[in-house]
Amino acid sequence: MFNYLRPAALMLLLLTLATGVVYPALVTLVAQTVFAEQANGSLIKNSQGDAVGSSLIGQSFSDPRYFWSRPSATANYPYNAAASGGSNLGPTNPALSEAVAARIRALKDADPGNHLPIPVDLVTASASGLDPHISPAAAQYQVQRIAKLRKIDESKLRELIAAHGEGRQWGVLGEQRVNVLQLNLALRNLD
Amino acid sequence: MNGPGFLQIAIYLIALIALAKPLGSYMARVYQDESVGLNRWFAGVERLCYRLSGVDPEQDMRWRQYAWAALVFNLFGLLAVYLLQRFQDVLPLNPQALPAVTPDSAFNTAVSFASNTNWQGYGGESTMSYLTQMLGLGVQNFLSAASGMAVLVALIRGFTRRNAQGIGNFWVDMTRGTLYILLPLSFVLALALVGQGVVQTFNPYQTVSLLETSNNTVDAKSMGLAPSPAGEGRGEENQTGKPTKQTLALGPAASQIAIKQLGTNGGGFFSVNSAHPYENPTPLSNFLEMLAILLIPAALCYSFGLMVGDTRQGWAILAAMTLVFVALVCVTVPAEQRGNPALTALGIDQSISAQQAGGNMEGKETRFGIVNSGLWAVATTAASNGSVNSMHDSYTPLGGLAPMWLMQLGEVIFGGVGSGLYGMIVFAIVAVFIAGLMIGRTPEYLGKKIEAYEMKMAAIVILIPPLLVLGGTALSLMLDAGKASIFNPGAHGFSEVLYAWSSAGNNNGSAFGGLSANVPFYNVWLGLAMLFSRYWLMIPVLAIAGSLAAKKTVPVGPGTLPTHTPLFAVLLIITVLMVGALTFVPALALGPIVEHLQMLGHH
Repeated sequence: MFNYLRPAALMLLLLTLATGVVYPALVTLVAQTVFAEQANGSLIKNSQGDAVGSSLIGQSFSDPRYFWSRPSATANYPYNAAASGGSNLGPTNPALSEAVAARIRALKDADPGNHLPIPVDLVTASASGLDPHISPAAAQYQVQRIAKLRKIDESKLRELIAAHGEGRQWGVLGEQRVNVLQLNLALRNLD
Repeated sequence: MNGPGFLQIAIYLIALIALAKPLGSYMARVYQDESVGLNRWFAGVERLCYRLSGVDPEQDMRWRQYAWAALVFNLFGLLAVYLLQRFQDVLPLNPQALPAVTPDSAFNTAVSFASNTNWQGYGGESTMSYLTQMLGLGVQNFLSAASGMAVLVALIRGFTRRNAQGIGNFWVDMTRGTLYILLPLSFVLALALVGQGVVQTFNPYQTVSLLETSNNTVDAKSMGLAPSPAGEGRGEENQTGKPTKQTLALGPAASQIAIKQLGTNGGGFFSVNSAHPYENPTPLSNFLEMLAILLIPAALCYSFGLMVGDTRQGWAILAAMTLVFVALVCVTVPAEQRGNPALTALGIDQSISAQQAGGNMEGKETRFGIVNSGLWAVATTAASNGSVNSMHDSYTPLGGLAPMWLMQLGEVIFGGVGSGLYGMIVFAIVAVFIAGLMIGRTPEYLGKKIEAYEMKMAAIVILIPPLLVLGGTALSLMLDAGKASIFNPGAHGFSEVLYAWSSAGNNNGSAFGGLSANVPFYNVWLGLAMLFSRYWLMIPVLAIAGSLAAKKTVPVGPGTLPTHTPLFAVLLIITVLMVGALTFVPALALGPIVEHLQMLGHH
């Protein structure tokens, strides 16, 4: 086996240079040149040029005047983007039903008059804990509440949702969805 | 499932099969030392590697030499990853000043990446420095994959050579696989992913103000936000106790994600792997990553056919793999789409409509919904990839059963790059042996007689993973240290342990993530399981290669079982499923099946 020590060590070193130094450096170089915005996190900048969020990373909303994001199970606080994580609750775990029941209560307390069925994504934690989207159904469910609290027309809100909705990519891939942070930024612009 | 769901699955399968032939013939040329278009770029690098490391590329290795080279090389890779983790606190490219990784976790991770498993007990963004990710984990993503493909190529040479002593040169096979196949594919995929929004930067994590809470301190009419107070953002709170800032984890992710998918590695840059929006931001990035999972394993079937001189042999194996894959997609996706009866009881709307994906959305991302989550779960466990875009622990019992069983079948339905096909070829040897017993003839496969030695080695390959999985699960459940990590109660908790051992014992790497695996007990024992399941399989496979290469070729006779027919594909499927079912049905009955009955019974 001693015959193999030298070639193994040197091969590892050389291929580490190729795949661990040159390759990521080259990808970074091209990425930062061609796709600078995406490569740095798709940040949303305000008029002063400060980053106010990322169009890919969700934020937590509990003020009933805003659209709420999906529940998040990240460590320490919801939407902790330095420690992504899901709940990992199993389907028959009573803790899952209890968590969902509490989320239903929170939604109903904020919006007592709403008797529509609650869309599933609005009361279940996402895989990453950072899901930037909700389903169009979950956005529509919240229209009554926000319209009442902000004293604006429901139709105005539905227009906003339509404007910030994303369809299936290329008409086929993925699911219909609405970006909550962008929707809420637009909502605040209405004031 | 609805129309768009079926359409997406169909597009995926068509793209996968359509790419098998062009990529497969390209890879066959690479491994047969023929000139390929990229020679212009890489031939110089390739020769330089051999010269500097003192390798004679013309040397034809016997199987023992080939195995030693592979083992020593993998051992050095393992050591490099271990040391990088242990000393990352004093090494450069650690902008978040992350501390050194603990010895048990570093051992587990080093084994995990060297053995192409990529089981992850740690959370990437809170544990690993950019340097460790790039120079340790990323490099092993390439080299473990290239090692698996090299062993496959050596096995194929066992069939094609006659009365030969050697089965090729490990250094050449491994270097050519890395330079001509994995690097160029990864480069293209990485850039496509950055275009979709996957991050690729060496800057430190980015801190941003949160819209809702920063709103409290600023004129609501102004679009501008309050200037950030000084400080480190993370965990910063306002008077109401809510965080006012968000720290966005960044890093050189795209370059690593491309190879993690192409090399069936599966180790995520971030903790939640390809569920993270910076790792898998759009449905298109999801499609490309999912395609990359099965791309090389599927194409290698075609390379195999070409190299043995009969492409029908490759198609027969690819057909067998695809049929089992599609059947299990048809278990998981509908099970997830039916949703969770416990939530229906609470009045939640889980129906599918134009407005929502519906179904069991706990642990799934909105942009992927049910179809793309379920399809990924089956693909990632069919291949020994193990990356996830949804949390398997939160799947319905039957939805989670299919991924678990796919791992238990021995990672031969596509399987790992190289390792999947060499595992499947071993099953093919067993299948012709069984057929030979039934018709009373000496079994032969691709012109080589299958005798007692090959069958002994094949038995080792097939029996070691179940032994590790069932033995390890039993051990964990008998010891308090094993039971203490269980998160979900009841039958589901049993499934968590069984899933962990199925994953480590077959080099997959995905997990029922509720299980607290980053504890010394699981770090050490699962680490050992990954080592055994990788190398105790690789060695007997190389032994088969050596034994077959030394044999003469027997001409096709009336007693030869044709191995390119639909009949043989079915026989192969039955062999794989019989071994998998007989071994694991009792264990599965205690986990997912009991839980399924409980779930139905309660509501």
